[in-house]
Parts: sequence; C-alpha cells; structure tokens
Amino acid sequence: MLNWNLYSRGDKFFAIAVSVLVGMFTIATLYPFIYIAAVSFSSGFAAQAGKVVLTPIDATVEAYKYILVKPEFWISYRNTFIYTIGGTIVSMLFIIPGAYALSRPQLFGRRFFNLFIAFTMWFNAGLIPFYLNMRDLHLLDSMFGIILAFAVNAFNIILLRNFFEAIPSSFEEAARMDGANEFQVLWKVFIPLSKPAIATVTLFCIVSRWNGFFWAMVLLSSSEKIPLQVFLRHTLATLSDDDEFAITQLEAAYSAETVTAAIIVCSIIPVLLVYPWIQKYFEKGILLGGVKE
Amino acid sequence: MQPESRINRIIHHLQREWQIYVMLLPTIIWFIVFLYKPMYGLQIAFKDYSIFRGVAKSPWIGLEHFEYLFSNDQFIRAVWNTIKISALNLLFGFPAPIILALMFNEVLHATYKKTAQTIVYLPHFISSVIIAGIVITAFSPSVGIVNTVLEWFGIDSIYFLTKPEWFRPIFVGTGIWQEAGFGSIVFLAAIAGVSPSLYESAVVDGANRWQMMWKITIPSILPTIIIMLIIRIGNIMEVSFELIILLYQPATYETADVVNTFVYRQGLQNGQYDFAAAAGLFNALVAFVLVMVANTLSRRYSRTSLW
Repeated sequence: MLNWNLYSRGDKFFAIAVSVLVGMFTIATLYPFIYIAAVSFSSGFAAQAGKVVLTPIDATVEAYKYILVKPEFWISYRNTFIYTIGGTIVSMLFIIPGAYALSRPQLFGRRFFNLFIAFTMWFNAGLIPFYLNMRDLHLLDSMFGIILAFAVNAFNIILLRNFFEAIPSSFEEAARMDGANEFQVLWKVFIPLSKPAIATVTLFCIVSRWNGFFWAMVLLSSSEKIPLQVFLRHTLATLSDDDEFAITQLEAAYSAETVTAAIIVCSIIPVLLVYPWIQKYFEKGILLGGVKE
Repeated sequence: MQPESRINRIIHHLQREWQIYVMLLPTIIWFIVFLYKPMYGLQIAFKDYSIFRGVAKSPWIGLEHFEYLFSNDQFIRAVWNTIKISALNLLFGFPAPIILALMFNEVLHATYKKTAQTIVYLPHFISSVIIAGIVITAFSPSVGIVNTVLEWFGIDSIYFLTKPEWFRPIFVGTGIWQEAGFGSIVFLAAIAGVSPSLYESAVVDGANRWQMMWKITIPSILPTIIIMLIIRIGNIMEVSFELIILLYQPATYETADVVNTFVYRQGLQNGQYDFAAAAGLFNALVAFVLVMVANTLSRRYSRTSLW
C-alpha cells in the first residue's frame, strides 16, 4: 500500500518532513539520558560550571567510585531485586489461580466476585486509611509487608481472566476425560496456552516493582530495607545540603550533580538490559489491557 | 423440603467444585484485607481520630473536618491545581500521542520507524524518581543544560524549580516526554486496523497522503480517540502525585500542590490523619463519579459506534 515509487512529489516531501519530525522527537526523547550519562562521567567542577552538553568534560569515573563503595547503595540495590523477584512471584501466586477461578462458568457468585474486584479500580480508600491499615496489621517497616500489600491489583486479574475466558473449552476436554482436577487443568492446559498474557502481567508486575518508590518511602524506615529508588530519592534530597559531602567534594572530582547522575545511570542499566525482552511483550500487552472489566 | 434440597445442592456443588473456591480464596482475602478494610477505615473522616483509641472507638464528630476543609485555602487551592494540571495534560498531553502515531504511520523506512518507536517507548519504563532526578539536573541553575542553552542566547539563568509559574509547564512537558511515545501504541493499533481498500480507492481518486490522513486515517481512528478521551476525563483527579512530591518545594506549592500531595503532607507528614482522610475521601468520591460517568459514556458510545 505504501509505495515510494507511486508517491507524488508532494507526498515524498510530506513523508520526508514527517520522518525528520519523528527523528527530532526521538532525539529529544533520548537526549536527557545522554546528557545524564555525560554529567555522570564529567568532573564535578565542569558539571557545576554548566559545561556539559553532549559528551563528558574532563572525563572521570570519580562519581562512580564515590557511589560504588557505599554499602547503602549495594544494600538498596539488593533490596530492589528482592522486592522485584519476590513481589512478582507472590503476585503470580495470587493472580493466576484467582483469575482462573473467576473465569470458570460454574463459580457460584461469579458476577458478584467480579464486581467485588472491579470496584477497587473505581473507588479507592486513599493514602491515609491504607497507611493506618498497614500500621494496624504491623506491616510498617516490613519487607514482607511491601511484598504482600502490593501483590494484587484488579487490572492484572481482569486482564488475565479475560484471556482465560477466551480459551475454548474444547482445549480442556481431553484433560477432563483423563480425570484431571482443576489444578491440573490450570497447570497443564490454561497456563501453557496463556503464555503471552502471563508474560504481560509478569512484565507489569516487574516494572511496577522495580520502579515502586512512594509506598516504600512511606512505609519503610530502616535504611537496610529501602529499595534503590528510595535511596536515590534520599540522595537527591540531601546530597546538596550534606556538609560532610560538601567538604569531601572540595578535594574530589565529583559533585552532588555528578553523583546523582551516576546513581541514575546505575539504576537505569538493568532496565535497559531487559528492555528488548520487555518490548517483545508490551505492545501486545497494552492492547490486551484495553479490554476492560 | 425446598430449603433442605437447596442446602444439599450447595453441599454437593462444593464437594465437586471446592478446588476453584480454594483458588479464589487467597485473592478475595487479599482484597478484603488490603483494599476493603481501608474503606472501613475511611470513617475516620467523620471522627476525631486518635491513634490510641483506634478507628472504631474514636468519637464521631460529623462533618467537622469537611467544614474545615472547605474553608481551608490550601485545600481549595489544591483542588484547583489538580483541575488545572489535568486540563493542561488534556490539552497538550492528550493530542501528543495521536499526532505521534499519525506521524509514525507516514514513515516509510521500516528500520528507522522501529528504532524510533523503541526509543520513544523507553521513558515509560523509567521510575518517577529517575525522571525527577533528570528534570532536577537538567533545570538546575548552575549545572543544568536548559540554563546553559539560555546563556548561549544571553538570557540570565533561571532557577526554574523554585518558580511557581514554571512548575506546571515543566510538569506537563515532562509527562509528554515520558508518555507520548507509549501512548501512541493504542492509536497505532487502531491505524493498523483501518482497511487498506480505503487507501487503495483514495489512490485511484488521486488523493495525496495528507488528504488520506485527514479523510481516512483520522475518521477511522476517531472512535478510539473518543474512548481514550473519555477515559482521560474520567481520570482527571488522578494527577501523578509521586512526581509532584519529587519536584515541588514550598516555593512552588502555590501552583504545584494537588489534592493527593496535600493529603500526603497533612496526613503522613503532619499526622493529621482524620482531616487528611476527609480530603482523600472528597477526592475519591469525585474521582468515582467521574469514572462512572466516563464508563457509562464509553459503553454507550462504543455500542453505537462502528466497532
């Protein structure tokens, strides 16, 4: 349908102009990352003088040295992995069986249970009651609390339930004939058939865990439990006012800005590493998610 | 004998189908403990809550918190800021992914297109803390690239993040930078669904690409645009307050403070739980009504529309 040779001169001009605009937007999207990387490898002095534009000035790895020897950085990095992996596993243990049960036509009160879950997408008690509830449950400053309290959400359950519902019952008949129970049908028939949907939900869980910061900041008080995002936020907020840092910075080749940039780079790298895999699924996933309720 | 046989039927049903109830149970318990129990806790919005008495035993005080709320300038300001930021998001943030999708559709070179898409989807997966870190660095008065560029043009450096008048443009602009690419996926999918025969007959009629975009592509994806618009309007009270918490400061509260950041400060930082819960309840109720209206509208619209 789109054939360059059939294009009129005006169409060719239009296509080229649009391609240039797309290129500009793409560069504008990419530029802040390049800029931050350049700042992270620049000397603190050059960064503070506002000299960094595209490439590192007075290239140095001092900011990385400063951050990579800090035990707090590695602890928070480890914690992020615990929250991401542990949280995603716990999420799937709730979501997959829950969505399967909700997709079964013989479930008594199916309409009620579906509404019960969908309602939480429309009405939410809000920050304060949620926080007080966590305190009443003695889940403040608890890694287990973070993993459990954000394990499930209505959207992921509904997404997976819709996918299960769309699987024709002929697929499970053979297994039923062999006397398989519900757990076996789920495990041997539904899960293998739902790989794209399960991958999508897993992806949503991983991304939200990796990026989650607000509740970790509010609920966790011990520095040995906080995830990377909270550590980064803490560094952002305090580094420029930290007197001790201000003194060491005078003799070193880093500054609050280059150190911040270095932490940003360190926390983006894992996202970039898994991004090709993520990309394979999310385009499909977001469209699955379009089917609501 | 009617009730007994009914009980028998239930027992028989459970004996046969107990497994699916076992599968459902953890999820239901989770929803009760983590989402419905806080709804019960919302009653503190009408109570003089004390930590020591707990939710149930704190005394009722009626609408006192709400009376105080609606006479509180900061709260009124937060409501207006929420609406203003959402309106700006709607005005600039909503068309951005549509325009981007239409442009992607006109790019012929497949690799170029794929590369551009891969890059513009990326910021969606970056956490708000990192986004805030990038914004703070880029707009900082001494280090920031924005002020460096301004200096090239002989403009004095501006401390953007302390200026109330700059907060909303920076916030909305950041949102477009982060989400326009990812948001275009839905519209690209809609464009992919347009029948090629429409374009073929347009070519026969001698239409150019610009005309095809306006006469075929845009009308064809209009249902998607309208549904997405309705959803956006339903979510007007949902401003991404995480990013605001990371970017605002007392100097910019004037334009940056939204209802959820107000609730966060009053409740979680100052410990006025009951009063903050009242503000949160107001927000949740308005959001609920908007979402319900949006759901009804989109259902009605999608039933009467072509797909």
